Amino acid sequence: MNPEHYLIVSAVLFSLGVAGVLVRRQAITILMSIELMLNAGNLAFITFSRMHGTAEGQVYVFFIITLAAAEAAVGLAIVIALFRLRETTDVDELNLLRW
Amino acid sequence: MLDWFSTDLGFQIGTTFAKVLIVVNSLLGVVAVMTWIERRVSGVIQFRWGPNRVGPLGLFQPVADGIKFLMKEDIVPSDAYRPIFILAPAMAMVPALCAFAVIPIGPTIELFGRAVPLVIIDIDGGILFALAAASLGVYGIVSAGWSSNSKYSLMGGLRASAQMVSYELGLALSLIGVILISGSLRPTEIVAQQAGGFWHWNVFPWFTGGWQTLGFLLFVIAGFAETNRLPFDMPEAESELVAGYHTEYSSMKFSMFFMAEYVNMLTSAALAVTLFLGGYHTGLPWLDSALGQGWALWTVQILAFMAKVGCFMFFFVWVRWTLPRFRYDQLMNLGWKSLFPLALANLLVTGVLVAFDLVHQG
Amino acid sequence: METVAFYSLTFLAVASALVVILQRKPVVSALALAFNLVCIAGFYLLLQAQFMALLQVIVYAGAIMVLILFVVMLLNLGDESTERPSRPIQRWLGGLLTAALALVFGFSVSAVVGAPLPDNAAPFGTAAALGQELFGRFFYPFEVISLLLLVAMIGAVLLAKRRL
Repeated sequence: MNPEHYLIVSAVLFSLGVAGVLVRRQAITILMSIELMLNAGNLAFITFSRMHGTAEGQVYVFFIITLAAAEAAVGLAIVIALFRLRETTDVDELNLLRW
Repeated sequence: MLDWFSTDLGFQIGTTFAKVLIVVNSLLGVVAVMTWIERRVSGVIQFRWGPNRVGPLGLFQPVADGIKFLMKEDIVPSDAYRPIFILAPAMAMVPALCAFAVIPIGPTIELFGRAVPLVIIDIDGGILFALAAASLGVYGIVSAGWSSNSKYSLMGGLRASAQMVSYELGLALSLIGVILISGSLRPTEIVAQQAGGFWHWNVFPWFTGGWQTLGFLLFVIAGFAETNRLPFDMPEAESELVAGYHTEYSSMKFSMFFMAEYVNMLTSAALAVTLFLGGYHTGLPWLDSALGQGWALWTVQILAFMAKVGCFMFFFVWVRWTLPRFRYDQLMNLGWKSLFPLALANLLVTGVLVAFDLVHQG
Repeated sequence: METVAFYSLTFLAVASALVVILQRKPVVSALALAFNLVCIAGFYLLLQAQFMALLQVIVYAGAIMVLILFVVMLLNLGDESTERPSRPIQRWLGGLLTAALALVFGFSVSAVVGAPLPDNAAPFGTAAALGQELFGRFFYPFEVISLLLLVAMIGAVLLAKRRL
C-alpha cells in the first residue's frame, strides 16, 4: 500500500468530520465530529511516521490522544453545565452572547 | 491439501486455527461447568444441597439449564431500540473471548518437528491486548442498559460503565509493577521469568520473587470489580435494581450475558495466574527434573495452569457467597480513593526496587 | 492480503463515520464512533504501529467514548429535534464547503511521492521505540502534558459542579 492511500482515507474522514460539525445541531454530536477529525489527523501522522521510519509521529499521536481526552472531558463538562442552565444542547438555542 | 499444512505458513495457520478452536470451545465448556460449581459450592457454604437431581451429583444441571434457555420465549420489548438490543449480548461476549488470545496456556511444545507455542498470538504488547479487550467489554453493558428503554436497565448500565471504567485504572496500574519487573509486555516472557521453584513467582515479596504482593491484591480486587462480581455487583444486583442492565433480556440473550460474565472471570483468573502466580510452571523443580523434557512435562504444565485457574475460580465463587455487597458510593470511593493511590504507591516502590537492582531478572 | 484488509477497513471506517454524522440518535452516533476508532486502530496495525493501535483502543475507544456515552445517557438526549429542523441552506452550504475541503485535500495528497511504504526495521512500532523517543527528545512535553491533564481534570470537575 502506498502512503497516499492512507492519506486519502485520512482526508475523507477529516472531511466527514467537518461536515458533521457544520451540519449537526446537538453539542455532543459536534464534539464527536471533532473527535473524528482528530483521529483522521492521527492516521496521517502515523502514515508519515511510517514513511520516515522514525517513532516521532507516534509520539505526536500519543500527545494528540491525551489532548483529545482532556478536551473531551472539559467539553462535556461545559455541555453539562449548559444543559443545566438551558435544558437543551441545541447549539442554535445557545445564543445568550449574541448582540 | 495436506502438504499445504507442511509449509511454514500453512502450518502456522493450521495450528492457530486449532488453538482457537480448542481454546474457545473449552472456555465455553468451562463456563457450563462453572454454573454447576457455583451452585454446588454456594450450597456447601450455605449448608444446603445444591442441584443434585439431574444426573449423578447434579452434573447434568448445565445441560438442563442450556435446554431451558433455548426453549424460553425470546421477548424484545416493543419500545426497545432493536438493532442495539440484539447486538448488545454479542458486544459483551466477543471482547471477553478475545482477551484469552494472549494468555499462554502451556509451554512451547514440539509438534511434527516444529515448535508450537501454546498461545494463540504472541504479540509484543500482549498485556495491552488483554487490557484493550477488557476496556471494550463495557460497551455491551452500556448498550444493553440503554437500548432496553427501561429505567432499571439504564441505571444499571450507567452504574456498571462508571464502575468498570474506574476499576480499569486500578487494574492497569497494578499490572505495571509486573511489567516493570519483567521488562516486557509479552505474557510468554513474563511467565518465562517465573520459571523454577514457586519462590520465583511474582507474588512473593522477597528477592527471588517479584515483590508484587500488593499488586496481586489490587489486581484481584480490580478483577472482581471489572467482572461485576460480588462484592461489586451493584450493576446487576438482584435485590436493588431488579436485574440491572439485563432486566429486559430473556432466553439466549440473557444466557449470553451470563456466559460473558463467566468468561470475563476466567480471563481475570488466567491473567492473575499468568502474571503473578507463575503461569504454567509447576513451581516444583524436583517435579520438573523428574519429568524430563517431553510430553510428560508439557502435559503436567498445562494441567498446572488449569489447576491454578480452577483454584482462582473457586476463590471467585467463595468470595461471592461470603461477602456482602458494596453500596455504590462505597464502591466508587474504594476505586478512586483507595485502590488508585495504593496502585500508584506500588508502582513507586517497584520502580525504586528496579532502579536499585533489588529484583532478579529471570 | 494486506490490500483486502485495507479496503475492508476503509469501507467500515467510512461507513461508521457516515453513521456518526447522519444518525439522529446521539447514542447510536457514539457507538458508531467507537467502532470507527477501532477501525482506525486497525489502520495503525496495518502501518505496523502496534503499540499505538492498542493504546488507541484502550484510551480512545475504551475510555473517552465511554465517557461521551455516559454523558449522553446521563443527559437523556433524545433525537435531534424536528420542531426546528435545520434550514436547508445550512445543510447545502455545509455539504458544499466539505466538498471543497475534500478537493483541496485531494490536490495536496497527490503531491506526495508515490513510493510504497518502506519495510521498516523491527522496532518501529514497539513500546521500546516509542518510549525512547518519548522519554528522550520529548521529555519536557511529556511532563507538560501531564500538567495539562491535571488542569483539565480540575476544570471539568469545577465546571460540572452544581454548587461551587
